[in-house]
Amino acid sequence: MQISMVRLSNKSFKVIQFETTTKEAMISDGISTFPNECCGFMFGKEEEGVRSITSITIVNNSKEGDKRRRFEISPMDYIQAERFADDTDLNLLGVYHSHPNHPSVPSEHDRLNAQPYFSYVILSIANGKFVSVQSWRLNDDQQFEEEKIIN
Amino acid sequence: MATIIIPTPLRKFTNSTSKLEIKGGSIKEVINELTLNFPELKKNLLDDAGKLRSFVNIFVGNDDIRSLQQENTEVKEDTVISIIPAIAGGI
Repeated sequence: MQISMVRLSNKSFKVIQFETTTKEAMISDGISTFPNECCGFMFGKEEEGVRSITSITIVNNSKEGDKRRRFEISPMDYIQAERFADDTDLNLLGVYHSHPNHPSVPSEHDRLNAQPYFSYVILSIANGKFVSVQSWRLNDDQQFEEEKIIN
Repeated sequence: MATIIIPTPLRKFTNSTSKLEIKGGSIKEVINELTLNFPELKKNLLDDAGKLRSFVNIFVGNDDIRSLQQENTEVKEDTVISIIPAIAGGI
């Protein structure tokens, strides 16, 4: 299916879509990890401004301390993710994590730790149930802008 | 020359190049040479004092330079250096 860049009022929006299994896997990870935060990497391709996530890897939350409020990914898991992208000829397009009992919007802590280029998918999980998912990306002013999820 | 692997988020500053051959006898020399060639990388790797930022990890092979000789860690012709951004967040 050919998907064009979504434009509204002359403003370009970033767009992301998920293969069904990847979205289900992220939600399932968020639910099974509740009340802690889950995390993982997202892989796929970007064509004509549309990011398509075709694969994810679930990663251990290596944060020492309160995993209900924080996540961290170890450097070795990061190296593995880059190697996986190389091996599968996919792009490492971003990171997902959950916000237990909080909305799927980035916190200031998320923003301060965010990398350029990456899509940051956040899943809101409340009382062990999936509530919502949104995706975000830093702009050149180091502020998050929402990416439109089209499926 | 040592090989340095650029992480995906920083490739926008290296003309989309993922691996570079860089001269230098230590990590400090390699990073300096790298940022001379790609100035936009500098603010992402070094603070105002020219020190590596705390959220940037540098690995030689599978070893964090913090467990070696930090920025003075020796670099050889066949050394593979990875720049690894810290990935973290939360509510």
